[in-house]
Amino acid sequence: MNVDLYERFWMWSSGGIIAVFIASIIYTSAAQSLQPPSHVETIDPQTARTSPGFAQPSVTLNADGSATVHIMAQMFAFLPTEIRVPRGQPITFRMTSPDVIHGFQIVKTNGNAMVVPGYVTQFTTRFDTPGEYLIVCNEYCGLGHHIMFSTLIVEDDVEMAGDVGAGAGQ
Amino acid sequence: MIASRRLALANFWVGIGAFGIASVMALMQALSRADLDLPWRTPGMYYMSVTAHGVLMALVFTTFIIMGFGYVVTERTLERALVGRQVAWVGFWVALAGTAAAAVAILTGNASILYTFYPPLMAHPAFYIGATLLVVGSWLWCGVILRTWLAWKKDNPGARIPLPLVGMLAAIFVWLLATPGVAAEMLFQLIPWSLGLKETVDPVLARTLFWWFGHPLVYFWLIPAYVVWYTVTPRVAGGKLFSDPLARLVFVLFIVLSTPVGFHHQLLDPGIPAGWKFFHTMNTELILFPSFVTAFTVVASFEVAGRMKGATGWFDWLEKLPWGNPQFSSVALAMLIFAIGGFGGAINAAFGMNAMVHNTAWIQGHFHLTVGTATALTFMGLCYWLIPILTKRELELGLLARVQPYIWFMGMLLFSVSNHLTGLQGMPRRVYEFDYGGSPIAQEWAAGTGISALGGVFLFVSAACFMAVMLGTGLAGKKGYEEDIEFAEPLEPAGDKARILDKMWLWVTIGVVLVMAAYAVPIIQHIMMDTFGSTGFRLF
Ligand code: HEM
Ligand SMILES: [Cu+2]
Ligand SMILES: [Cu+2]
Repeated sequence: MNVDLYERFWMWSSGGIIAVFIASIIYTSAAQSLQPPSHVETIDPQTARTSPGFAQPSVTLNADGSATVHIMAQMFAFLPTEIRVPRGQPITFRMTSPDVIHGFQIVKTNGNAMVVPGYVTQFTTRFDTPGEYLIVCNEYCGLGHHIMFSTLIVEDDVEMAGDVGAGAGQ
Repeated sequence: MIASRRLALANFWVGIGAFGIASVMALMQALSRADLDLPWRTPGMYYMSVTAHGVLMALVFTTFIIMGFGYVVTERTLERALVGRQVAWVGFWVALAGTAAAAVAILTGNASILYTFYPPLMAHPAFYIGATLLVVGSWLWCGVILRTWLAWKKDNPGARIPLPLVGMLAAIFVWLLATPGVAAEMLFQLIPWSLGLKETVDPVLARTLFWWFGHPLVYFWLIPAYVVWYTVTPRVAGGKLFSDPLARLVFVLFIVLSTPVGFHHQLLDPGIPAGWKFFHTMNTELILFPSFVTAFTVVASFEVAGRMKGATGWFDWLEKLPWGNPQFSSVALAMLIFAIGGFGGAINAAFGMNAMVHNTAWIQGHFHLTVGTATALTFMGLCYWLIPILTKRELELGLLARVQPYIWFMGMLLFSVSNHLTGLQGMPRRVYEFDYGGSPIAQEWAAGTGISALGGVFLFVSAACFMAVMLGTGLAGKKGYEEDIEFAEPLEPAGDKARILDKMWLWVTIGVVLVMAAYAVPIIQHIMMDTFGSTGFRLF
């Protein structure tokens, strides 16, 4: 192909830019293990409301200081409606839906995942800044989509009644 | 003049009509997002309207314009009538009937599930059946053009495929690689499920099949726009196409790379292993390449035009371009907007950064730049060129046509930039309002949504100008306009260069192999897994 000098220059630089993009994605996903939540676990949506963890969705503090949060995303609320978690600790979210698809987004963080009936969404993150965060549903789920939200509070000391150190694992 | 003039026109008019209706819905939505207290404003109305707007713009307007343009390109470049024009008419009516069925379901409030129709939200069966018929009609369109091309090929052994047709064939092959995904979703999942013949569907499988179709869909929108950029606009600008072989390369790369990328829309889905998401993301990066090359070639063609008109300096060729001609300005502005959209797209596709923007207002800011402008504004320019030729009537209201692309451009900058920013501030997309219990975080978004509403008003005014010009031309334009359809000539014809790019079946085969590699294993793995289906929900 007789592409003149300019074409060749442009093609190589386009290729170069794309190579940089690819390299940065490989680097961040391998070296910093920055990966999208891709947990594979199924659950029956018909009985999700009585399944372990989701019967009374809540925050469990583990012995090592980390926490596990079970969340039920349903038309049109997140249960529990308020979540308190410790600052600077690994927080594992486990979520499912008994009805349609919802989105779980902790505003202004990269905590963002789809919640799909029949599946458990799980990811682990950390919050270094204490304060109140807004959680919104970001996938259209019906007439009440825009009223579906809850609150996340990150604190230095989280006192939990009862199940401190129960270590739900996971 | 082409033999299937009326057929092409029929397709154009349906596309233009869909655009007009969807623009009215767009105005209501844009105002609604600014939280104005309007009497008709209810959540039910809003979500119905967004569904109608999304379907009419993204699926109906685009598909019909592309079908009409496809017929024009085929007959004009091959200089022969379509083989099987009756079949083409059948395709038109099937697609139109399907559109009507889906539209009735939506407008009666029985299908407010948005144009992505993710189950377990369940619409009336007429919505799914109608949408399927639209696709079936488009398949007949593909068949007619392919048959005509093959007949020509038999009669002209060894002739180069005309460049505009190479682009159209690429769009057709991308469409044929993409639509089996959504067809499977409709036929095996959504239609039987909505009819009550099947109790449950697996929502992750449905999303996978949808995005198998959903991402190449954007190239189906884009490739015909590229055909305009490469083979129409350089001539309008008064110049020549910079490089014919490079344009062929771009179209062929789309055939190969468009489809094995769908998981990049599902990066945040559960139930899909990270490895597959990674593979699709890599392919996504590769498909940036043809667009980078296009940016260069087309801008270089404009420079050629400016220089042919006597420009000698670094940038004075820009002044020599026909900015007052809407056939040119609409495309040039569409390209400018697309360049901005390209940066955003690279962020969306980045594995890690995607989580910052997924399903936020950023996304609607993004796709109104790409399909909503790069494609839509280009198609408006295409209409300014072809509608007078096809109707044999002079363009009416030329002044409106001249300002319309600029109003769109300004409106889109306001609309899109503000949506990108509110998206970064965490505002979700597709929400009727954003009070969230009086949350102070949500209140920060109000400034942005206000600006986006203002942009929406500009866009609506521009759309109204376009509709006025089209209807004015079609109904009252002065008769007797006679002009032939001419495409841009290349600086250097392809000649014998890169003949391998004409071997369409080779590229289609590679495309099929890549689709298999990208989807066969994950879908089979998924079907083998013990999953629980979902029953339908209707809360709208
Ligand atoms: C007339 C100018 C336009 C205006 C004012 C406008 C405005 C809007 C607004 C406000 C939304 C709702 C966003 C949300 O709630 O998430 C929307 C959605 C959408 N628009 Fe437009 N738009 C325009 C033109 C277009 C064009 C030309 C296209 C494509 C060809 C397009 C495609 C879409 C799509 C696909 C959606 C998505 C609906 C969804 O999220 O399900 N729009 N538009
Ligand atoms: Cu929801
Ligand atoms: Cu929602």
